[in-house]
Amino acid sequence: MTFIGKSVKRVEDKRFLTGKGRYTDDIKLPGMTHAVIIRSPHAHARILNVNTSKAEALPGVVKIFTGKDVAELNGVPCGWQVDFKNGDTMKEPPHKLMVADKTRHVGDAVAMIIAETYAIAKDAADMVVVDYDEMKAAINMREAIKPGAPLVHDDVPNNICFDWELGSDKAEVDAAMAASHHVTTLEFINQRVIPNAIEPRSAIGHYDTANDRYTLYTSSQNPHLIRLLLCAFVLGLPEHRVRVVSPDVGGGFGSKIFHYTEEALVVWASNQIKRPIKWTAERRESFMTDAHGRDHVTKAEMGFDADGKMTALRVKTLANMGAYLSTFAPCVPTWLHGTLLQGLYTTPKVHVDVTAVFTHTTAVDAYRGAGRPEATYLLERLIDTAALEMKMDPAELRYKNFIPAFDGVKQEGYTTQVALQYDSGNYEPVLKRALEMVGYADFRKEQEQARKDGRLLGIGFSTYVEACGIAPSAVVGALGARAGLFESAHVRVQPTGKVSVYTGAHSHGQGHETTFAQIVADKFGIPLEDVILEHGDSDSVAFGMGTYGSRSLAVGGSAIVKSIEKVIEKGTKIAAHLLEAAETDIEFAEGKWTVKGSDKSVGFGDVSLTAYVPHNYPEGLEPGLDFSSFYDPANFTYPFGAHIAVVEIDKETGKVDLKRFVAVDDVGNVINPMIVDGQIHGGVAQGIGQALFEGAIYDEDGQLVNGTYMDYTMPRADDLPMFEVDRTVTPCPHNPLGVKGAGEAGCIGSTPAVANAVMDALSPYGIFDLEMPLTPERVWTAMQNSDAVV
Amino acid sequence: MIPTQVEYHRPKTIAEALELLQKFGEDAKILAGGHSLIPAMKLRLSTPAQLIDIANIPDLTGIDDEGDHIVIWAGAKHGEIASSYTIKEHLNMVAEAAGMIGDVQVRNFGTIGGSLAHADPAADWPAVMIAADATFVIASTSGERKVAAADFFQGLFMTDLNEGEILTQIHIPKPPAGTKSTYEKFVQPASRFAIVGCAAMSDPDCNVRVAFAGVSSKPFRDTGIEEALAGDMTASSIEAAANKAAEGVSVMSDHFASEKYRRHIAKVYAKRALMKLV
Repeated sequence: MTFIGKSVKRVEDKRFLTGKGRYTDDIKLPGMTHAVIIRSPHAHARILNVNTSKAEALPGVVKIFTGKDVAELNGVPCGWQVDFKNGDTMKEPPHKLMVADKTRHVGDAVAMIIAETYAIAKDAADMVVVDYDEMKAAINMREAIKPGAPLVHDDVPNNICFDWELGSDKAEVDAAMAASHHVTTLEFINQRVIPNAIEPRSAIGHYDTANDRYTLYTSSQNPHLIRLLLCAFVLGLPEHRVRVVSPDVGGGFGSKIFHYTEEALVVWASNQIKRPIKWTAERRESFMTDAHGRDHVTKAEMGFDADGKMTALRVKTLANMGAYLSTFAPCVPTWLHGTLLQGLYTTPKVHVDVTAVFTHTTAVDAYRGAGRPEATYLLERLIDTAALEMKMDPAELRYKNFIPAFDGVKQEGYTTQVALQYDSGNYEPVLKRALEMVGYADFRKEQEQARKDGRLLGIGFSTYVEACGIAPSAVVGALGARAGLFESAHVRVQPTGKVSVYTGAHSHGQGHETTFAQIVADKFGIPLEDVILEHGDSDSVAFGMGTYGSRSLAVGGSAIVKSIEKVIEKGTKIAAHLLEAAETDIEFAEGKWTVKGSDKSVGFGDVSLTAYVPHNYPEGLEPGLDFSSFYDPANFTYPFGAHIAVVEIDKETGKVDLKRFVAVDDVGNVINPMIVDGQIHGGVAQGIGQALFEGAIYDEDGQLVNGTYMDYTMPRADDLPMFEVDRTVTPCPHNPLGVKGAGEAGCIGSTPAVANAVMDALSPYGIFDLEMPLTPERVWTAMQNSDAVV
Repeated sequence: MIPTQVEYHRPKTIAEALELLQKFGEDAKILAGGHSLIPAMKLRLSTPAQLIDIANIPDLTGIDDEGDHIVIWAGAKHGEIASSYTIKEHLNMVAEAAGMIGDVQVRNFGTIGGSLAHADPAADWPAVMIAADATFVIASTSGERKVAAADFFQGLFMTDLNEGEILTQIHIPKPPAGTKSTYEKFVQPASRFAIVGCAAMSDPDCNVRVAFAGVSSKPFRDTGIEEALAGDMTASSIEAAANKAAEGVSVMSDHFASEKYRRHIAKVYAKRALMKLV
């Protein structure tokens, strides 16, 4: 009976596909009230007056709180500290639960209406009159850091949160760049994207007066950390009296990692009014208040010698933090971006310089890939551009620069110029396989013919390495994390041999209930249906660091394996006693303990029962078969892959037709191939979304111009080709499952592949770089502005 | 996202609907599918006190072949029109356009009358109706009147409909046998409305009618293209005529398409539509 490596159908799908999922907004508590938050329509305005009297008089309104009511409370904290180059502490202005003095982005919370019904709260919200004195806003980062620009926070000069650098000695990098035979330079914007989880954020605060206990139901990827931050930093509540539950969660993509003000607000206000309060974001609010992703303004230079070997990489980036520091915002453009700039290449000198900037916009934080997509876009755009400029083949240019294979066991891990040691990697085979799948040699012939026929075909490459399985606690602590990044697992074998598993990882679409059960069923040799997985409730799960950074299987799965091993070890003692043999003579396989070389055995169920009915039992051994474990990884894991996009551009309209997409990823060992393929597909679609369709547009006043689905383009099935995916397997050497993580890979590799394909198609026009999203008008305009005759 | 409090009425006949409309005056809005009105109400951009739902009045639904013309009742769903044999046989562009509206859910719920009366400049129906030379029947408690499609649309979300009136029927003359027609649409990728929609038909004598959606604040018949063609449906003539698209018309601009680009796309899509009629 083996489950690992099988495409077992997802056990959670029964409830999801039949509409029986239970999300936060589905929960109805007795006496529950409903909250609507009044949000600033201005990016930057002084609040002169908030008049709530008419709204308060509306029957059914329970209470209205404004920024003044929460002025004495702490705001939500930032969980990562990145200090200035000169050692000065990062600027960390308060992020109050609601603002009393001035608003700093469109959507900033000004007041909260609590009413008997949602409809009454909505009506009351329309009756609140807020007088604003609108001020000039700092929206564009390049403008925001200039002297005299409007300040987001009065005590943050030039709107600079911190500056930061990493890598080789800057002078050596400069010298290597100066000595290079060819330097490719790109200046570009990695545009801001909006996460758009299908389930809007929702939170219910419930203060139980009888027991002096608080419960927060919240649509979060990260319930335990939310509890820690809520108790220790925001409200000062005793943690043992606070329960945080994240039930079914409809997607997150990073945006639900963070501790949001609304979570603390409903908990605090619930104690004020002694009734439960539910708040659920409207879609407009999701656009305005879910932490956004990306938003870098970058200059990147890559040097090459005459042979095409990379000599140096120099990067300077402005990274948008938005108006406030979201939970992990400072680490995204730094430790999750700068550290990945070695890529899969042997570049001997690498230097990255990042300046984090406050603007009057929604906060920016981790979004699927978090820093690694930005790093990969930068590197892979540089390489394909260099290949065009040097008239070399982009695949050949990569082969020339790949780090040679290393398995992390016989060969050491690869130490980069930017603070990491890759665990294992074998880069040539993924590109080779992808080229084979796309039929590269034939494609170039087809492209040549197409050009003669006046058609614009293009092919784009992206080879990436990323860091996930986040993360060794001591390492991230040294880098500024204010949390550990281990994971916990509790395996409870019931007397009848059925198994309950409690994990600190949090599934919001990834299929943990299936993947983790496969591991447990496989290792115990029991049927899959004998295993149940629980997650997301701080009362039942000891602790957890949540799900993000493609960490659940590598870290959470490894914690489960530790508990499984403890069960088997104790079971061996019990079995040895029952079989009257020495422990060393007992082996466990396929659900039973057997005396080696005999047919004497005892099954998993019998040992389980014996553990709880310990009549005939080893002397001195505790009853029960129940183990919890914490697993702190030894290193990040480093998946890698090669993505290839093929596009055709409509010459008359500039519209990009994505004709093919090939992805060959290496995510280490695979537990459930179907789920991994699904993760790759979803990630690829999301990355293509950034390349071709998505992007937040702010006008100069800080209004989000495209904050609805009528205006913000999400990729849809009919925009995408059938994905062609395959994988190689290079196990992770440092975790017991040999797994690396697959949640973000697709989103990291795909964006530059598509952009590169568009530039390849446009190369007859002499067009080397265009801003994303590569909309028809942008592409058409570039063709119009080209002098080339095509 | 819920609207303000609203009273909902579901009349069973057109007469009953007209009486309710008469009674409530400007407090009332007609609901005819709801794919534009309901979102606006959820955002509280529209806050009617009375909602009169006419989408399922039996007398308002269906498509009738009346010999020399086809009657599409205002309550006909987009999906129904897309799959109507009568429509496909005589007016291919009407079926094509219907099939390009929104998605399956929208096509199965939204009505042609609702879309026409809403007069979204980027909606597909208005241009198609102008190209088809349709006449609209408008009812009120005091009787019926008729207005040509070309005169019905007066501006951004503005029509010839007066208070107390309901658009009930669309009459489309059957074109001569052998007439070809098509609708070509360059979609706004988020909403899937038209950035440019070009409806074109050509009878066997190469009398051509062309109309645009999405280009200007109201749909319009492009007589500049029609005159330039002058019955010559050769590729070079079409290319030259298409280049006159939207000449003298003020063209909209948004973050999906600037005025310049929209104008260009109008030319490209006029050419593509006309070439399909050759």
